[in-house]
Amino acid sequence: MKEGVPVTFRTEVPARESSSPREERIRVEVKGLQAWYGSSRALHGIDLAIPDQAITAIIGPSGCGKSTFIRCLNRMHEEIPAARVEGHVLLDGVDIYQPGVDPVAVRRTVGMVFQRPTPFPTMSIFDNVAAGLRLAGIRSRRTLEEKVERSLQQSALWDEVKDRLRSPATALSGGQQQRLVIARALAVDPEVLLLDEPTSALDPAASSRIEDLLVQLKEKYTIVIVTHNMQQAARIADRTAFFLNGELIEYDLSARLFTQPSDPRTEAYITGRFG
Amino acid sequence: MARISFQQELEKLQKEVLHMGEAVDRAIATAMESLAQRDLQLAETVIQGDQVIDDLELAIEQECLKLLALQQPMAVDLRTIGTMLKIVTDLERMGDHATDIARAVRRMGQTPPIKPLVDIPRMAEMGRHMLQQGLQAFMERDIQRAMAMAREDDQLDHLFKQVFRELLLLMIANPAVIEEATQLILVAASLERVGDHATNLAEWTIYMVTGERRDLNL
Repeated sequence: MKEGVPVTFRTEVPARESSSPREERIRVEVKGLQAWYGSSRALHGIDLAIPDQAITAIIGPSGCGKSTFIRCLNRMHEEIPAARVEGHVLLDGVDIYQPGVDPVAVRRTVGMVFQRPTPFPTMSIFDNVAAGLRLAGIRSRRTLEEKVERSLQQSALWDEVKDRLRSPATALSGGQQQRLVIARALAVDPEVLLLDEPTSALDPAASSRIEDLLVQLKEKYTIVIVTHNMQQAARIADRTAFFLNGELIEYDLSARLFTQPSDPRTEAYITGRFG
Repeated sequence: MARISFQQELEKLQKEVLHMGEAVDRAIATAMESLAQRDLQLAETVIQGDQVIDDLELAIEQECLKLLALQQPMAVDLRTIGTMLKIVTDLERMGDHATDIARAVRRMGQTPPIKPLVDIPRMAEMGRHMLQQGLQAFMERDIQRAMAMAREDDQLDHLFKQVFRELLLLMIANPAVIEEATQLILVAASLERVGDHATNLAEWTIYMVTGERRDLNL
């Protein structure tokens, strides 16, 4: 895809698999996004419209810029020394890169979950989920308890941990820790959830619980997931974007991209002929 | 990278489909030969031989499902396997029609023919030609050939109507031929169906190559 050409959804796509034919609302609009590490450019002008209440998957070979891309969606990329961003990321129409926008506030609205579960090791399960809330200044015991329970319910972990909320988070299994981290991200009421290969360190059963969880969560959130696992993208993502060498090659409904990709490079990648 | 062994398995499977299609083509040819010669023994070999075609269908199906489960193919590979799963059913049905013809021969026995057969063998030639072209189009991923083949079906349908009318008139003129004429109508109907299944082959080949489903059986 050439720089500066906006990605538009095709109109002749097959019927949506979702049962509710709701009006699609664009939540995050990326325009001409370029990302740099020093003098090396990792993203070459990405245009991508991410719909609300849907899962959007980013796939592509290692080094294609997919992790860099989602790190630009909550201003985490610029935390790396000498890294910088050009272009626009509009969240509900407001550019998160415009002057005066607080990156910390952006990260509260756009939560992120990483490949390895990252619970705070010295904290209990409860305190892990409450951490972001406390950071936001919430002190009320009752509010904290309510929000922690709700977040753990949402991340499908509540039943497994409700009797041991004071136990250290590190006592949980890898899959549970990852759901805990998702609960922590949800606790601060984000609108967008970014996940960077959230199941690559998990076994198939734990991965499949996370996948189910994401499908439930998309009813309320905008979800963007970077994954190396194409089957995972095919299973859970409404739309999939294929990145290669810092460029967006193809973006379409997953049902179409995985059966009839329109670009030969997408075809070659998803059929395992390179990458 | 790799997936070389997957590609090899896929190619092997495509050759199996070709092999099955050739067996079906031979079955139709043999059934027609048994009709022309009123050779009941030859008709029996067609009926017995259908098991081989059925077994091939099952084996290809199994292999396709195995590849789906183990290789999780995408894009053109996925469409190729989907196509094979669909067209083996069409090939198997064509095999059944060859058997239907052989059974009609068995029912007619060795009574002298009520008329020289001209159009029915022509129908068989057209049906077989469509099948052969369909198999070649599938193997070579040739959508032009597939589309050209599907157009032949009109002529086959037209010929069937002609044969049907002709046999109907014969029956009206001479009720003594009703039994045999009915058998011949069944034979012609089977051949007409062979053309329809061949058209499906063309449709699936186009899907395999382009990802678009097109109805050619209009």
